[in-house]
Amino acid sequence: MYVAVKGGEAAIRNAHRLLADRRRGDRMVPAISLEQIVGQLALAVDRVMTEGSLYDRELAALAIKQARGDMIEAIFLLRAYRTTLPRFGYSQPINTGGMLVERRVSATYKDLPGGQLLGPTFDYTHRLLDPSLATDDEPEAPESRPQEDETMLRVSEILAHEGLIEGDGAMPEDHEIGDITREPLEFPMERDTRLQALSRGDEGFLLALGYSTQRGYARNHPFAGEIRIGEVEIEIDVPELDFPVSLGRIRVTECQMVNQFKGSAKAPPQFTRGYGLVFGQSERKAMAMALCDRALRARELGEDIIAPAQDEEFVISHSDNVQATGFVEHLKLPHYVDFQAELDLVRRMRREFEKRQTGDDERKEAAE
Amino acid sequence: MSTETIARYNFAYLDEQTKRMIRRAILKGIAIPGYQVPFASREMPMPYGWGTGGVQVTASVIGPGDVLKVIDQGADDTTNAVSIRAFFQKVAEIAVTTHTGEATIIQTRHRIPEKPLQEGQILVYQVPIPEPLRFLEPRETETRKMHALEEYGLMHVKLYEDIAKHGHIATTYAYPVKVEGRYVMDPSPTPKFDNPKMHMSPALQLFGAGREKRIYAIPPYTRVESLDFEDHPFEIQKFDQPCALCGGTDVYLDEVILDDRGGRMFVCSDTDHCEERREAGHTGHMSEEAAQ
Repeated sequence: MYVAVKGGEAAIRNAHRLLADRRRGDRMVPAISLEQIVGQLALAVDRVMTEGSLYDRELAALAIKQARGDMIEAIFLLRAYRTTLPRFGYSQPINTGGMLVERRVSATYKDLPGGQLLGPTFDYTHRLLDPSLATDDEPEAPESRPQEDETMLRVSEILAHEGLIEGDGAMPEDHEIGDITREPLEFPMERDTRLQALSRGDEGFLLALGYSTQRGYARNHPFAGEIRIGEVEIEIDVPELDFPVSLGRIRVTECQMVNQFKGSAKAPPQFTRGYGLVFGQSERKAMAMALCDRALRARELGEDIIAPAQDEEFVISHSDNVQATGFVEHLKLPHYVDFQAELDLVRRMRREFEKRQTGDDERKEAAE
Repeated sequence: MSTETIARYNFAYLDEQTKRMIRRAILKGIAIPGYQVPFASREMPMPYGWGTGGVQVTASVIGPGDVLKVIDQGADDTTNAVSIRAFFQKVAEIAVTTHTGEATIIQTRHRIPEKPLQEGQILVYQVPIPEPLRFLEPRETETRKMHALEEYGLMHVKLYEDIAKHGHIATTYAYPVKVEGRYVMDPSPTPKFDNPKMHMSPALQLFGAGREKRIYAIPPYTRVESLDFEDHPFEIQKFDQPCALCGGTDVYLDEVILDDRGGRMFVCSDTDHCEERREAGHTGHMSEEAAQ
């Protein structure tokens, strides 16, 4: 006897209880603390803050813990929380030229004012598993140096002295900076909203697209003009005061790609730029973002659009991993009603096919 | 979640500013039936593709006096319907029902209830891909132009090619409709069986696509015609047998597999409709009454 399936509510409740248990893992082992995640899984926290579009280490750590380390799930948790927060206003643009720099490398100049600073990088580490990390061995304290008095000139400013590189890019006078979290995306986009979308775009997706431009799909000869990581001040205008007020500092990674450009009907030969900016320390994402930004400027610079990375609607529509994962995973929701409709159609079409086949056979026999 | 945490959310989860923005989009949608209005869809605490558009529409039109019904595949007890209903119970503390007739708002995925809707009721559809032309032209920039110019030739060619190849139109769900003689619209992935219910419905029909950031609407008593040709008129699915539990005909049926030897039965997809019929004494050949 068929009984209509009931008990969805109890099933969901039990599933979530089991999930909470699995998330906790072996109860003999101490639970991981948010401080541990913030301190020791800092780059995971940075990625969740960047793609979750919310700068809050503790909440990002909470999201990572709750998501059992699933990064996209953690990003999703942070985004869903972010939506509920009131919007007080928009900060002044951050000034990365005035950054308190911890790492700064340029691939275009051997030496430059401020010098090359390696900072905390995986670069040049030999990727050999380190057994000492399996124990509680404490590493040596780092070397430190006194803070430089002068701010570090950005490489783009050095090139700008000679007029060899395009400017920072200006929006029309009456253009208000868009906000992709408040207005629906519309294509074609302006660079302001496109950069916002790229900044929260999936690291893996942008990495693959950036890589594709290096392999000839819209090759644009990039040089890593500069990558800098460090802290910048966030300032906000308060109506009652005639000076901006500092809210504090955030850590960001900025990448300026310098690209060869032969010139077009619209622009003289000069170096052009691709730009990447993300929260925390994430060079890979910032560099991939800069490659994609430059590729997506094809229309603006009068280049032929011939490769996926240049196709704005394709790239931006599919770069958000929260959207992508939702829609891909929705396939596991019940679809029996539509499947029933398709079953009915396939059965009917098969009947028609078989009828035609037997009809053919009979005709053949009659002809023989 | 503790009560303190809930208290931090507004009634029906969304803040009032967001609701106003969504209501404006809904009003525009009602003013231009079948037109896809872009709106600044928010991240919801459930995944994109799982009804975030419908949830945002419901959250924007629901009030404390409303009675909500949520169905998925026609049933009130499918997991995602249970989850969305529980969400509104938590964040809006509204009354819920499984009875189509008692509901003031019905949020649905993939079905329209069998019981005809009444004036004053709102049917909210969850929409995955709002653009009926998407599978013919993937670019939004192109499809918006096609709608603006009422250039629907491509769609008719597709339907014609189906007929040329298969002898009939091979679209069984998300079957395109024309609204009030102007916009071609995707009815969401409901089976084409449900298309005629949209025509001249006394209820307000609202469509929310969260991931794609579109809202559209069919006001009450609006013409909704399924696309077809004079010599190949639109037809809905017909089932060979009635519901095995309530004996209902002219209803959409789910096929339920009973064993591994090809045994199967057909039952109403609309669980509330089936239950009401059984309460009224109707029986099918496999219902308990019939077994006794």
